[in-house]
Parts: sequence; C-alpha cells; structure tokens
Amino acid sequence: MCLGIPGEILEAHAGPGGLRYGTVRFGGASREVCLEYVPEAGIGDYVIVHVGLALSKISPEDAEETFRYLEEMQELADLGDEMQALERSEVP
Amino acid sequence: MKYLDEYRNGTSAQHYAETLRAVVTRPWTLMEVCGGQTHSIIRYGIDEMLPPGVTLVHGPGCPVCVTPVGILDRAFRIARRPGVVFTSFGDMLRVPGTSDDLLHVRAEGGDVRVVYSPLDAVAIAEREPEREVVFFAVGFETTAPANAMAVKLAASKRLTNFSLLVAQVRVPPALEAILSEPECRVQAFLAAGHVCTVMGTAEYEPLVDRYHVPVVVTGFEPLDLLQGVAMAVRQLEEGRSQVEIQYSRVVRPEGNAVARRAIEEVFEVTDRTWRGLGPIARSGLGLNERYAAFDAERRFPDATPDSLEDPDCQAGLVLQGRLRPQECPAFGSRCTPEHPLGAPMVSSEGACAAYWLYRRRRAAAVA
Repeated sequence: MCLGIPGEILEAHAGPGGLRYGTVRFGGASREVCLEYVPEAGIGDYVIVHVGLALSKISPEDAEETFRYLEEMQELADLGDEMQALERSEVP
Repeated sequence: MKYLDEYRNGTSAQHYAETLRAVVTRPWTLMEVCGGQTHSIIRYGIDEMLPPGVTLVHGPGCPVCVTPVGILDRAFRIARRPGVVFTSFGDMLRVPGTSDDLLHVRAEGGDVRVVYSPLDAVAIAEREPEREVVFFAVGFETTAPANAMAVKLAASKRLTNFSLLVAQVRVPPALEAILSEPECRVQAFLAAGHVCTVMGTAEYEPLVDRYHVPVVVTGFEPLDLLQGVAMAVRQLEEGRSQVEIQYSRVVRPEGNAVARRAIEEVFEVTDRTWRGLGPIARSGLGLNERYAAFDAERRFPDATPDSLEDPDCQAGLVLQGRLRPQECPAFGSRCTPEHPLGAPMVSSEGACAAYWLYRRRRAAAVA
C-alpha cells in the first residue's frame, strides 16, 4: 500500500471528472493513472504511483532500479497482489 | 533467503556496513517505521549486517495491522447488507476481525470486490447507480491523497451512492505515543519515505525537539536502509538530533503541496484507535463536515459496540517494537498466515508475516 510503483508516462489526457490522467507503463503492463498531484510531470517522465495516483517524480535510472527491486520482492511478497489487482482492474 | 551480497550493489552495501562499523562506539536501538522497510530488512538480512549492538526494532507502519477490530467488524456488517458493493484493497481481505474476514463475507454472498484504487470504486458507483458502493479507506498518508481525490471526484459527479469507511491514520502521533511509553527503547527513527513524499518533514520537527531523537526519512530498498541506519547512528554518536532525508531522490522537505491541499480540503484530523496500540489523540483523519455525505459510518448507522482484540495476540507489543514476532508464544503454532490471530501475520507489510516468510524458511533449511 505504501510502496508505490514507478512507471513512465506514455501520454496524458483529460480523464473522469476532467481530472488530468495519463497512461503509465510499469514494466510490461500499462494502466490509466491520475496525474493531478504531479502537475510538473509530463510525457516521458517517470512517476511513483500509489493506488492509482502519481505522487512524485523520479529519475528514469532510479525508477528502473526500484522497479527491479520490486520485481525481486514480488516472487514472495506483496507486489504480486498489487500488480495482479492492477492488471485485473477493469476501470480507468 | 537472499542476502545483500547477491543483490545489486553489493560493494556499496559493504561500504555502508564498514562506515557504520567505523562510527559505532556503543549500542543503539533504531526503529524502522514502515512495514515495507521491515520486509526488506528481514528478507535481505540487513539487521544481521549491522555492527554488534546496533539493533533495529520494527515499527507500527503496517496500515492493515493497525486498522482496529471495531472498524473491521463494522466493515463486515456493511459488506453483508443487500445492495452494497464493498470495495477494498486486496490486502484487507484476510485480516481477521472478531470472528470474520472479508473473504468469508464474500463466500457467504456479500458483494466484496478488490480494487487497485479508490478511483476504481468511484467508477463502479457510476456504473452501478442502483447499488451502494463503499470503499474501505485504510492507510497512512500515502493513501489519503487517493481517497481525498475519490471523494472529490464523486462529489463533482454528484454521486449519491458512494461512500468511504474511513480508517485513515497519521504516522507522527503514533511515533510520539511510542516515545512517551516509559519502557521505550527507541533512540532514533527511520521514517517512512513515501509518507514524507506527501507530508514533507515539518511534522517531525516537534518530535525531534521534544524527545531529542534523530529522524532519518528513509527509502525501503536494502541500500536505502543501510544508508539510513548509518545516518541515524552518526547523529546519535555525535549527540545530534535532526530530521535528515536519506530518500532524497523522491522526498522533498516540503512534501507534495498539491496532494496535501486535497487532504486538507476533504479530511480533518481526528482521534483514532490503533489495533494493538489503543486510542491515540489526533492520530487519524475523518471526513470533514463538507464531505460528511460520503461517510459510510453516517450512511449506515450502527450502534453495535466495538469488540475487543483476541487476548492471545501480542500484535500491540510487536507494533511498538517491544516484542519480536518469533518471541510471541503463538507465532507459528496457534497463529499462522492460514489461521491468523492478528493482522501482522497476514498483511504484506506485517512484521509477523515477514518473519514467517523469510526467517522460518531459513531456520528450517539450517535444521
């Protein structure tokens, strides 16, 4: 819940309620993410996403390292649930 | 079990470990606050790389673990109501209340759905206007911005069938509660990085001033933790107590002002009871009067008195760093992930689950 997943913003658009949304790529999966809290982040930037909302920007190198760390933890720990929920999640 | 030397940057890990050994002159006890940090420490054996006398105790930073039994039982009662869609993070499904969990409620016909984001729950409410959609808003300051946004979105769409069952908690008052215990052994904190991404560091200054404890805002990867320990120990050895940021690649001292404004718009600070720790003043958030229409506790009034925790469960001591999971008499016998007595055994951020996953396996391999 607190870990957050880093990903790259592929594009941005107006989403539900006129909020700023974007498609964010996490490794192989991508998902709609609310970008309202990171007005400074644009296409090609990397952000850390917490339960569907980006909360901070991060450098591409740091994002890459963190993602690898999370993948490594996934085989036994919690990220599995989060990524599964993320992939299952039907709603933008 | 993987060790840090198998992990990337094994050299840097050695470097931090050596720096620490050079600095330490006496024993110190540090608490890592966040459950994600605890899992990293136990999995990579970071506690075992530290110089003798430098001890890490595990903190209360597991949102699932501290959600009180009373609110869980209330959640189960709401989820059993006909016409209700009860939505939750997957982490909450196996957390035991008095005599139930959400999986059980679902098996008995309750419409319990796992969502990744509270915004997904708002979308369900929009799509199924004939159903009452409730989202279980648990978590620390990392989930509060998402929950605030969900309420704002539901309000802007004029949804009348969406509400939050709020069990939102704040980290600093819990740290103060731990420090004010007479038996407190904690001399420094590794604060939770992502909480400070939102809140910044200002809330920790009064703690540092009052209790003279170093607070180092730390990430959750192995190298972050080693560096955080080194920074905290250096402060202790030099007789300093300050707020420092190890996790500077993500955390700014001012936090995320936009997210914080949204929290302040939707929530107000309230007293909350923490599972295992008891009531702590001003330690939570609740919906403010303007957004009270989205409060599930108002929408589904429930006068049932809150029940008590399982007396066999020592989670309170574990969450305060006063008992290690494997020191609990129920650990691995009467309490397992399949039959948990308390939440720290089932949560992916729980200390008991970390020891069960990583240390039990190694003990078995050695034997």
